Amino acid sequence: MIGVGKIKQYSNVLDKPLSKGKQEVSLSAFAFLFSELVQYNQTQVDNIAELERRLEDAGYAVGARVLELLCHRDKGNRRETRLLGILSFVHSTVWKVLFGKVADSLEKGTEHEDEYMISEKELLVNRFISIPKDMGTFNCGAFVAGIVRGVLDSAGFPAVVTAHFVPMEGQQRPRTTILIKFAEEVLRREARLG
Amino acid sequence: MAPVAPRSGDAIFASVERVNAELFTLTYGAIVRQLLTDLEEVEEVNKQLDQMGYNIGIRLIDEFLAKSNVARCVDFKETAEVIAKVGFKMFLGVTASVSNWDADGTCCSIVLEDNPLVDFVELPDTCQGLYYCNVLSGVIRGALEMVSMKTEVSWVRDMLRGDDAFELQVKLLKQVPEEYPYKDDE
Repeated sequence: MIGVGKIKQYSNVLDKPLSKGKQEVSLSAFAFLFSELVQYNQTQVDNIAELERRLEDAGYAVGARVLELLCHRDKGNRRETRLLGILSFVHSTVWKVLFGKVADSLEKGTEHEDEYMISEKELLVNRFISIPKDMGTFNCGAFVAGIVRGVLDSAGFPAVVTAHFVPMEGQQRPRTTILIKFAEEVLRREARLG
Repeated sequence: MAPVAPRSGDAIFASVERVNAELFTLTYGAIVRQLLTDLEEVEEVNKQLDQMGYNIGIRLIDEFLAKSNVARCVDFKETAEVIAKVGFKMFLGVTASVSNWDADGTCCSIVLEDNPLVDFVELPDTCQGLYYCNVLSGVIRGALEMVSMKTEVSWVRDMLRGDDAFELQVKLLKQVPEEYPYKDDE
């Protein structure tokens, strides 16, 4: 190739120029990798709750890093301080970057003040996964729930985030809902900010 | 000159569904981190990554053969070219190159300039023995084993350790002829 010299060596990974985030890998490469993650964790645990927790923890680490990356690259280092702001950030920007589209919907819970739901017809991570009957309500979307929790926690909005299957009328595969329950302090702060 | 594969790596990559490389990179990072926390020994982590890669490779080869329509490779040289040009491109979106053939034609190096697994990664001092991308060596070994080639894959150069590229040495140990699994008279 003309003009290709030796790649410049950076002593520190933080000095390397940040990529634009346009590079892609095939979906199957990601699906294979995710399946190995789940399979490995299955060997390490005895029950479903543990498995979900481990997947969530893995996702948490991803979420924290995604927030840093996106804040720096796309938002010019501006920080969200309002609840709706951070929720719409997760629902559109984070989803767009990670999964290539904005999430299907963002709803406020009717029963409790502190609950919000992000729904998706078919989560990318669940596309090639089928859950055997004896695993009950296990959902690999726990990984995505972990990502959301990581983003929210690092942005200063601690919350409990879980993933649930919601059967839909007339559709074979159930919809996935990510349920976000914010901590007390977040709501108090939000009320104070008016 | 190696014969051109029926479908080039670029064409297949353009036709498969793709995801953001950063999600892939970060997920892989989460896996390595989990392994390091659980296993603690760097050698154990290397082995586990290789095993995971092997499990991926034995399934990946089916998809590879289905999507790429490559004809049966005549010799190991062609195999290596196909892995580097079509295989890596199709799954990771990067092209590798093949070099350093030995006299027999059984051992070569696959060189990667660009590796989506290692974006944002720096190895700390406590993990200096870690082959971060060891999953790739498992994938190649697993995939080739499913097409009757027993190989040994090892890392020669690793950018995370200060080298200028990623170099995998692939050594063909032997061709295992396919065994017919059923006895004719049973």
